[in-house]
Amino acid sequence: MPELTYREALNEALLEEMERDDCVFLMGEEVAEYDGAYKVSKGLLDRFGDLRVVDTPISELGFAGLSVGAAMVGLRPVVEFMTFNFSVLALDQVLHSAAKMLYMSGGQFNIPMVFRGPTGAALQLAAQHSQALESWYAHAPGIKVVAPGTPADAKGLLKSAIRDDDPVVVMEGELLYNIRGEVPEGEHLVPLGLADLKREGDDVSIITHGKMVHLALQAAGRLQREGVEAEVLDLRSLRPLDVEAVLASVRKTNRAIYLEEGWPYAGIGAQLVATIQEEAFDHLDAPVLRVTQADVPMPYAKNLEQLAKPNVERVVDACRRVLYRD
Amino acid sequence: MATKVHMEALSPTMEEGQLVRWLKAEGDSIANGDIIAEIETDKATMELVARGEGILRKVLLGEGGTAPVGEVIAVIAGADEEIGELVGAAGDSPEPVADSPVSADGPKSARGPTTPGSPVASAPAEDPPTATVGEAAQVGAESEEAGLPDQGGERLKASPLARRLAEENGVDLRTVPGSGPGGRIVVRDVEAAKVGAGAAVPPATVGTTEAQPWHPGVPSEPGVDFEDLPLSQMRKTIAKRLVESLSPVPHFFLRITVDMTRTLAARKRVNALLEAQGDKVSINDFVLKSVAGALGRHPEANAQWMGDAVRRHYRVHLGVAVAVEDGLITPVIRDANQKGLAQISREIRELAGRGREKKLQPEEYTGSTFSVSNLGMFGIHEFTGVINPPEASILAVGAIEETPVAEDGQVVVRPLMKVTMSCDHRVIDGATGARFLQTLKEMLEEPAAILV
Repeated sequence: MPELTYREALNEALLEEMERDDCVFLMGEEVAEYDGAYKVSKGLLDRFGDLRVVDTPISELGFAGLSVGAAMVGLRPVVEFMTFNFSVLALDQVLHSAAKMLYMSGGQFNIPMVFRGPTGAALQLAAQHSQALESWYAHAPGIKVVAPGTPADAKGLLKSAIRDDDPVVVMEGELLYNIRGEVPEGEHLVPLGLADLKREGDDVSIITHGKMVHLALQAAGRLQREGVEAEVLDLRSLRPLDVEAVLASVRKTNRAIYLEEGWPYAGIGAQLVATIQEEAFDHLDAPVLRVTQADVPMPYAKNLEQLAKPNVERVVDACRRVLYRD
Repeated sequence: MATKVHMEALSPTMEEGQLVRWLKAEGDSIANGDIIAEIETDKATMELVARGEGILRKVLLGEGGTAPVGEVIAVIAGADEEIGELVGAAGDSPEPVADSPVSADGPKSARGPTTPGSPVASAPAEDPPTATVGEAAQVGAESEEAGLPDQGGERLKASPLARRLAEENGVDLRTVPGSGPGGRIVVRDVEAAKVGAGAAVPPATVGTTEAQPWHPGVPSEPGVDFEDLPLSQMRKTIAKRLVESLSPVPHFFLRITVDMTRTLAARKRVNALLEAQGDKVSINDFVLKSVAGALGRHPEANAQWMGDAVRRHYRVHLGVAVAVEDGLITPVIRDANQKGLAQISREIRELAGRGREKKLQPEEYTGSTFSVSNLGMFGIHEFTGVINPPEASILAVGAIEETPVAEDGQVVVRPLMKVTMSCDHRVIDGATGARFLQTLKEMLEEPAAILV
């Protein structure tokens, strides 16, 4: 199996899907001439021409709306947001048009499109450019949300998202683009709504998504040295949620923490805690804890940024607490 | 004016104290500075001094009872002064304690057990069915501290899984001590109770064996499979400190073998000199003296992890682990590298003696920069010690053993001693520790080096 970067895996998914179906096109700021702000669309302009790889002005609301219209008449747009921090400018089209169209047209128009780009903090990009907005999108019925953490999942989820007949938000990570991993060649599809057990363990479940999968695995390694076998469950898909996988893990370990890059308030973790206590209450031996970004705008100062982000120590500490080992 | 008597922090690490003995009784008059009680801290038995004057009006903590630092344990006031409010607030009771049935049992039961040393067994068992609200609240508060769920109708805290498991296994949660936060019963407690349920005696009565001395392998009553020994303040501190050490401190270990031929001979000569004064030194004194000397030459091994810095000490304060009845304590020989062999020997004997009697003052067992633990007298060949943070090292000393060794092609017998240094890798690297051990070995193999 070839080893690709996350960036190359996304590029491969776009390339394969654009070859497979000529209704698929890519649109966004600097996706064509510049190969994408993060080079995810490298080589696609040469390959498919400027009708299918389209540079836009800096006008998120405009090109998102244009793409929803294109989807209504049968095309399959892929809209790149340079980062999801800028996507809020287009929220009206995502939330009010893409997410509602099937419902409000009485089933006449489905919206087979993808909104994609990086979410979460990189390094010292300050409060406006360091946000993890997964829960904003997962909040609304009518959109699907995925957050791949590995190159293989990036390829498999993006391909499935493009083929899906509903709007799908694919949330990548700036610090993930360079990570490497084995990626199956050709037809590799990861179904939407299916979690993946990245590490098996009996003692505690670390449930997470996206970039935090790697932090969870590091924490699991640390815990192993203390004789604790942590299970790492990567949701991959935030909506629809693989409730069965979550419950199976909690029923096995009887204790869980949710790790996410976003804020705690009404975050993805809050949803998971609600689901777990509703469905697996009698299996819990400890409250479900969350490890998240601090509930503040991301500081620019390096030392404060480090303190605000989730880290291995905090994950290990939360696991110890639900294990009553502190 | 009324004075509240608080449980005071009588050692630097004390979080709670056990009341050993009241030296004054209710009604006694108290002068400022009077010693009114003896408190067992995590390290020693200390005297509690009155910080006000008047009459000892109310004792709120019974002998054998435990209270966290800061809690009010008695009230000193004028003979006719109204203290109901003070006492009520301290006891967390809606009614002044003086009016509640609790006071009928005398001061000891107002808070803390009636039977010294058996806090778990006595309180719930003696809870009368006609408890008032005030009393129920008190018993509840106390049993939570002792780890037993309340039996007086207050809410019982258990994790959902623990409840389900208890129900499935017919375990009565009211008999299960909770080990989780705030006394929450968690699944491991129910599992322990399931094992315990095999015994003929319910867990509550097993608690009555606590006050008895520990005779390994001899159950105090037939049919008892185990007994839970209450944690002394010292045992709690040992447990807390050592877990704090081994988990976050990246330990590594260096071991070296020392030929003790010359140290044994030197000790003989030194003791012949000291005999006239009725004094003598031990091999361990030579070890301490040599460790201090070697640390003086290697301050990089006499260091501490401070979180944001490594502190290198130029004064050598040696902590010496001393076994005491229910644990250990490490009295400190200050500036050990400046002291002679006989002085080190006298100091450690004196400190160890008072350590065993729990008479050491806090400044006598804190502030060490390096620790030494010797189990040679128990015949231990070699072992590893757990670092006492923030120190970065501890030296574990084994027994001297006659050992055949090859020397110039011949097998000869030498008295060898193995020492093992546990190092905090954040502070001490392998070569740093090794250089220190090399110097130590040289000093013990040629005791004349002490003079240099």
